[in-house]
Amino acid sequence: MKSRRNILIVIAALLALAIITPFSSSYVITLITHALVFAILAMSLDLLLGYTGLPSLGQAAYLGMGAYLTAILASNYGFGLGWSFWAVILLGMLLGAATAAFFGLFAIRATGVYFLMITLALGMCVWGLAYRWNSLTGGDNGINLPPRPEFGISLANDVTFFYVVFGFFVFTLATLYVLVRSPFGRTLEGIRERELRMRILGYNTWLHKYIAYIIAGAFGGLAGVLWAQMNGLVSPEDVILTTSVDALLMVVLGGPGTLVGGAIGAAVVTFLRDYLSTLVHWWQYVLGGVYVLTILYLPGGLIGIPERVRNWRVRRGRKAAVPSH
Amino acid sequence: MTEPVLELKSLSKSFGGLHAVRGVSLQVMPGDRKAIIGPNGAGKTTLFNVVTGVLPATSGEVRLFGENITGWAPHRRTAAGMARTFQITSLFPGLTVLDNVLLAIGGVRKMKFVMWRFLSSYRDLYEKARGLLEKAGYWDRRDLEVRNLSHGEQRQIEIILGLASDPKILLLDEPAAGLASGESREMAEFLKRLDSSLAILLIEHDMDVVFDIAEHISVLHFGELVEEGPTEKIRASDRVQQIYLGTG
Repeated sequence: MKSRRNILIVIAALLALAIITPFSSSYVITLITHALVFAILAMSLDLLLGYTGLPSLGQAAYLGMGAYLTAILASNYGFGLGWSFWAVILLGMLLGAATAAFFGLFAIRATGVYFLMITLALGMCVWGLAYRWNSLTGGDNGINLPPRPEFGISLANDVTFFYVVFGFFVFTLATLYVLVRSPFGRTLEGIRERELRMRILGYNTWLHKYIAYIIAGAFGGLAGVLWAQMNGLVSPEDVILTTSVDALLMVVLGGPGTLVGGAIGAAVVTFLRDYLSTLVHWWQYVLGGVYVLTILYLPGGLIGIPERVRNWRVRRGRKAAVPSH
Repeated sequence: MTEPVLELKSLSKSFGGLHAVRGVSLQVMPGDRKAIIGPNGAGKTTLFNVVTGVLPATSGEVRLFGENITGWAPHRRTAAGMARTFQITSLFPGLTVLDNVLLAIGGVRKMKFVMWRFLSSYRDLYEKARGLLEKAGYWDRRDLEVRNLSHGEQRQIEIILGLASDPKILLLDEPAAGLASGESREMAEFLKRLDSSLAILLIEHDMDVVFDIAEHISVLHFGELVEEGPTEKIRASDRVQQIYLGTG
């Protein structure tokens, strides 16, 4: 019953977002679209971090794969500027999945800090390629994309583009939600809780982690395609370690193992970074402070606040009830 | 003659120069209740780890229903009818009692790879979990997170998880570890109520539990089987007394 109520809250929030956003200023619309793209990346990472217990520090690699694919196809071959945009979406997800399938062979053997280190190294490999392979990636300058695709609707219109990204966000959220509630998704939680027991219970845990890693890679690729179209420029800056760290912090900040938490984290980080930075030059201290406070006082992330408040009220209610006896 | 469920043929395990298990041979027939006893460090848990595939064997063979499974991964052994429990409780602490059991049942089913359907839509799985939990008296506590149960209760859930894959042989690694004497009597009763066709191989320190459940006992000392026989014989053996009292 509780989960049904939570689903209703999420649907209400999504509807509100879809209705209110078009009436905002174009700056806010861009900000929200930006946050939604990173929410997709954060949710893909949450599948690994929150559900499977694999702290990946290389999720930007898949974003980079999707983004560079989009940019190269668009600027070199003029592909993906009409209806073929949908083919690019599919190709981006496939490339993200394929890259994860390759990287997973190295990464999935490790757990904990070692997994973190290996994914970090693999992520840096992608960054290195983006930075050094001048003829393909444009090196440090990156690649400028032609105007956004047009197929009946024009994605160059920020409101239209917002709705497209919003649609992909909802698609990702719904798909991953079904996934984590499925028998397969529950096995990931079992692996997070105690992998050895899962093996003894008859699960090939390596395979389950590997599949989860590939799925996360596919959604990372999707975020990449959208990011390229959103930003209009793809450069090594996008695949650098900071992006991976950001994604990880978004999940931790919002609340790992909840999917929606990753989206909340993405929203908070994006707004602090893009909005606050226009107001004050010490915005990074605010971001740092939010991280530290969350980790110290809200191990379940921002999404855990309502629960905490409820518990606090119950406790206070009980305390108040005691003296009357 | 019926085929043994589990057969160990001169099974050994070394860690560098340390020979933790040395040439252990053992047969477990359907419905057998056998126990392995031995002082701390005798190699009992290592033996279990080799039998279940958590550790690779150095030499020797493990046979399940006559098939050589020595090199198999743990999950394949489970699918073939072997289950075990752990001396140190190895449950999924953050999941509910019901989810723990559902995971245990799902381990040997194909649906564990299904991603497009909610787990809660598998009625048969829930019925099975309900059956297991009702029999053990945990159905009304199914929504509690396992970490909130007492140690004694966790030990029982540990065994329910072992039973969930419908094993033909159950390896119990000190089921009464850390239990108070009243609780371990309860545990012995619980184990005696299990299906009599299920073969059980038990490691245990609590002699009351061992003598209560096992019909046949093997004594492990420095990795070797030094005595075996019916429970009464082992109970009366001078050698075993010596090993346990330290003069051996």
